[in-house]
Amino acid sequence: MSTLLEVSGVSVSFDGFKAINNLSFNIGPAELRAIIGPNGAGKTTFMDIVTGKTRPDEGEVLWGEKNQSLLRLSESQIAQTGIGRKFQRPTVFEDQSVEDNLLLALKKNRSPFSVLVFKKAEADTAAIQALAEDIGLSDQLTRKAGELSHGQKQWLEIGMLLAQDPQLLLVDEPAAGMTLAEREHTTTILKDAAKSRAVVVVEHDMEFVRRLECKVTVLHEGAVLAEGSLDHVTKNQDVIDVYLGR
Amino acid sequence: MSASSRLALFCALVWLSLLVLIAGAVRPATAQDLGPVQALLQDNRQLIEESSRRSIGPAIDALGSSGLDRAPVFLEAWQARSVYQRDADGLFFIGSEADGTNLALDVDTGESVGEITRDGFTQLRPNGGIRSMIGAALVQFQLQDPDPDRRRGALQAIARDAEASHLTALRGSIESEEDPAIRAAKERLERVLTITFDPDETARINAIDGFSGDIGLDVRATLNPLVLTRSEVVPGGEPPATRNVARVLEPGSDSLTIDEAYDQLVAARLAPAMVSTEDIRAALIANISDGSVGEFAVADLDTDEARLAAYQALAAQGIVPSSPTEQEIADALATHTFFESYAERSSAVTDAANATLQSIEFNLIANRSLDFTLDAVSLASIYFLAAIGLAITFGVMGVINMAHGEFIMLGAYTGYVVQLFVPDYTLSIIIALPLAFAITFAAGVAMERLIIRWLYHRPLETLLATFGISIALQQLAKNIFGTQARPFTAPDWLDGAFVLNDVVAISYIRIAIFVLALIFLAIFLFVMNKTRLGLEVRAVTQNPRMAASMGINPDKINMLTFGFGSGIAGIAGIAIGLFGQVTTELGQQYIVQSFMTVVVGGVGNIFGTLAGATMIGGLQKGIEWLNPSNTLAAQTYMILFIILFIQFRPRGIIALRGRAADM
Amino acid sequence: MMERTFLARNPSVLIFIALLALFTLAVTVLSEGLGTGFVSTAMVKTLGMTLCFCLIAIAMDLVWGYCGILSLGHFAFFGLGGYMIGMWLMYARTEDIVIASLAGADLPPTEQEIVDAIGTQIFGVVGSSEFPWVWAFADSLLIQLVLVVAVPGLLALVFGWLAFRSRVTGVYLSILTQAMTLALALYLFQNDSGLRGNNGLSGLQNIPGMADTPQSVLSVWFLWASAVALGLGYMFAAWVVSGKFGSVIRGIRDDEARVRFLGYPVEAYKLFVFTITAVMAGIGGALYYPQAGIINPAEVAPIASIYLAVWVAIGGRGRLYGAVIGAAFVSLLSTWFTGGRVPDVDLGFYTIEWVSWWQVALGVSFVLVTLFAPRGIGGLFDLFINRRTPDRHGADLGPDTGSLREKEAET
Repeated sequence: MSTLLEVSGVSVSFDGFKAINNLSFNIGPAELRAIIGPNGAGKTTFMDIVTGKTRPDEGEVLWGEKNQSLLRLSESQIAQTGIGRKFQRPTVFEDQSVEDNLLLALKKNRSPFSVLVFKKAEADTAAIQALAEDIGLSDQLTRKAGELSHGQKQWLEIGMLLAQDPQLLLVDEPAAGMTLAEREHTTTILKDAAKSRAVVVVEHDMEFVRRLECKVTVLHEGAVLAEGSLDHVTKNQDVIDVYLGR
Repeated sequence: MSASSRLALFCALVWLSLLVLIAGAVRPATAQDLGPVQALLQDNRQLIEESSRRSIGPAIDALGSSGLDRAPVFLEAWQARSVYQRDADGLFFIGSEADGTNLALDVDTGESVGEITRDGFTQLRPNGGIRSMIGAALVQFQLQDPDPDRRRGALQAIARDAEASHLTALRGSIESEEDPAIRAAKERLERVLTITFDPDETARINAIDGFSGDIGLDVRATLNPLVLTRSEVVPGGEPPATRNVARVLEPGSDSLTIDEAYDQLVAARLAPAMVSTEDIRAALIANISDGSVGEFAVADLDTDEARLAAYQALAAQGIVPSSPTEQEIADALATHTFFESYAERSSAVTDAANATLQSIEFNLIANRSLDFTLDAVSLASIYFLAAIGLAITFGVMGVINMAHGEFIMLGAYTGYVVQLFVPDYTLSIIIALPLAFAITFAAGVAMERLIIRWLYHRPLETLLATFGISIALQQLAKNIFGTQARPFTAPDWLDGAFVLNDVVAISYIRIAIFVLALIFLAIFLFVMNKTRLGLEVRAVTQNPRMAASMGINPDKINMLTFGFGSGIAGIAGIAIGLFGQVTTELGQQYIVQSFMTVVVGGVGNIFGTLAGATMIGGLQKGIEWLNPSNTLAAQTYMILFIILFIQFRPRGIIALRGRAADM
Repeated sequence: MMERTFLARNPSVLIFIALLALFTLAVTVLSEGLGTGFVSTAMVKTLGMTLCFCLIAIAMDLVWGYCGILSLGHFAFFGLGGYMIGMWLMYARTEDIVIASLAGADLPPTEQEIVDAIGTQIFGVVGSSEFPWVWAFADSLLIQLVLVVAVPGLLALVFGWLAFRSRVTGVYLSILTQAMTLALALYLFQNDSGLRGNNGLSGLQNIPGMADTPQSVLSVWFLWASAVALGLGYMFAAWVVSGKFGSVIRGIRDDEARVRFLGYPVEAYKLFVFTITAVMAGIGGALYYPQAGIINPAEVAPIASIYLAVWVAIGGRGRLYGAVIGAAFVSLLSTWFTGGRVPDVDLGFYTIEWVSWWQVALGVSFVLVTLFAPRGIGGLFDLFINRRTPDRHGADLGPDTGSLREKEAET
């Protein structure tokens, strides 16, 4: 199986504290992967490194068919190569309408001059309508994003992620603060997305992870502790030690 | 020489020889009647009456070398134009004006012998030349005066305006000098004067060599004129042997351009002058007739080329002198020698002077670097003082207070007001320091409670609101205290400077500010690291919700921290007010630099602020050193440097990394 | 077609242009030069200058209200624009004077003599007669007009590139921009800066070649020019913020990191907005200083740019008409109060003279606006059109603490 993203031997430390310690991680195209781990295991830092927010002290992050190194690219360049990220808390542009939010995310030329002369075509409206359909917000398009409920914001953000049409989705705690029905909807969206692209979900909630029915990577103290199916890793003694304490 | 003057000279000579004869003949008899000074004066009576600068020398010397106690008294009176000669017998008296009458005092006893009347006495009126000769003669007495202050005064007078005659007097006075300090000063001055005035070349060279590496101003002032050169030009290929040549210059080289060389030739009247555009203009105007110059219409003469053509036409007719051609210039330069020569004739002396000056230069650079470092340190302490309050409010709390500069101003005005009521400068400062802290502390607390509290996590709005306060406070100060600078005077013990040598000196007030900066650093470290308050402050800034759940009242801590930072600004105001002047713009001058200091150093770290202040202070002084005439440019370049610096270290010199840095 | 839909989508632009035209016409009709004389020439100039302030306020609103960059240095660009046009005005007018005075000379002057005489006239006050290199194109109106746009634009481009590249944001950027304008002011204060030190450039109200046109007429022309520039500036700014570009820059203001993770080169957008607003400021300055008559380094002192922020904040940032209202309202009020024509308030024990107390009142009212009316005067319009702001439930919204300053997301 070819790999889409290859993280090898990455370490980063903040003021002496090793947040990531010689971490290696691979994911193929069209794969759904869940990352779990206790607080401070380095889950968010891992995402920061892949998306270019944090530069690692050592190690290599390679991307795509051509094994392009991501370490020399800026956040926006990484995003343009096809990596989308959803943050822990829903971050949508509250002051702008749902439609504008989706339009912002829609895959287009991102340079200032082309954006300045950008005119919305029929196809764009249709694409936005279709996306809104997917995330269940088709009747909310003209509302300001700030007025949406918490769950709706989460979906809007996932919708924006899909609008970017990325090859890799990094999703941080998508189910936090959702009702049961909303969680089921979210699971469906993510599993659908993983049919055509790689999806990495960071999650605390074991029930939610179980619902995803995918390979699980357990992080601990900045390194991979175990990898495999959820049943497999929950039987691992190390994982039990970490989660339940010694 | 005319016949009459010849006759006068003859008469004078006869008179002189007669006088000598008479003096020699009558001395035994008159010595009993006259005091020794009067006798001496009568011996030289002719010269004194004549009072000519050329001939008076022996008379003054006779008095000077007489060793008589009263001789200097007479000389001083003479110099002050208060010596009178009685017409009747030619005796000299010192005039002493008292109660509107002018008494004649005996030159030997100093006792009054009666009143000076206008028709019976003639006042001696020595001219400037003679008076300075008298002054020189007096120096030797002053150098041996029992009063050490007068001896020091004499040394200073000599150093200011030395003459050859001083050297002998100085040498004569060293032996008997008992005060070691004055003796050292005398010996040093003697060596300095030797360089200039000693006729013996070896002595001069020895003296020069003795000053190797000495950075004293007096030495440099003595040596520099020795190696002064002037440019000269002579026909032929060699400089004249009589000149002490520093170097021969080649026209067309970097040190002497062709134009300069030719100008030198023209100035020395060794070559015809070039015709300048001005000359051409003048010549053309002089030759205008009927609206044209020669064949050229005046209206066409509006370019340099046309004017030159018209001029050359005139020159061809011989009406005006023609300008030398390039070939003529080259020939003229080739047949002359250009060189720089020393005014000092002895090449051995100039060589020694150059060598000594070189060694001095090296020491001078070392000492200037030291002086520069001290300057930079003291500027850095001022910046540090101004910024340390900000390091608390901005660095620790993350609150941007644009009125910080006005708090500094408030502290300075507190000092000024206290001095209005407490005239004793020392006491007033002791009162003003805590008072300034209290006032700015209160102002800070009030501002925190009324404004900043509502704007936490909205830094840009905090910035704007505090700007409003800054504008209002500044105008209030203007309304109350006026726009002119107010004095806030340092006590006497802070006046003056600690002088290491002629180059390195640092004023006590700068030292005091440096010490104050150190004290504040210590206080800051103590409060933040060793006290309960510091612990709570750190807790609140790192995680206010968690701190609140631990029973800390974040409101109270924020209020106290802000008050503390503002209070320190007030004390900084006292220091800055003492150092400079108290104006309403005082705060503004420091606010941008203070923020720069905190930002460059690294927010949230007091040692960063220290490093920032050191860097900015050092940098500003460094740029001023390179370009001393222009402090405005120094500030411009410093700000540009900071903008560039932030490129390379966006988080400052001492940067926090990781999550803490995302604040 | 495009323009119509744009105007149709933004009726406020039409209303603004109509009001501006009405105002300009009214002033013209009432002016001394072309109308009844009810409005004095000095007043026409003040109004024309106020329009220039409105233009730079729009630029400030674009960069701060929409893009979230609190620039405390935009008056540097304003001043540079003024200096650029001022150099030509001063050169050309001095040239006229010099040629007139040399006409009676014995020989017709050479070009060099004319240039030397101009140099002596202009730089005599700073003890020089040589033309510094910055005056190289001062004799060409066309080039100086290009420089009006190019110099502020270039400075903004270089400064912005350096600042944004190193990710300096928020108050740090504000302080840095303030340092920039301080550095420029200090530089210009030097006598050897080549721009006459603290004397500045003067006599700019005399337009070369128009000696016969009275100031009363010139002032109306400049009023028109300023009004046209303001109208164009307003339309341009409205066009920029109404489309997807506006959406992106408001996104940058509210959550820079999020926009970056959407793949937008945030730095390029900021640089674009910073530079284009600097150019607008430069044009405003080039129209302002011929009406003011004099420009000196004090004009670019940091305090001027702070007042600019004050205008926009009081008018209401994040809406273009708010910036215009703020600039016009506060600057005219300032002129009125500091002009000494407002009656003093006698409190019995103390008389409040507005000339010296206006600043205090301004400072305090600024604090009050920031605290109690962050939407400014423009916020009053919301009462009429019932504009709603989203309820954020008071939560912190950014991906990491503090990256979204909740209140600042409001418009």
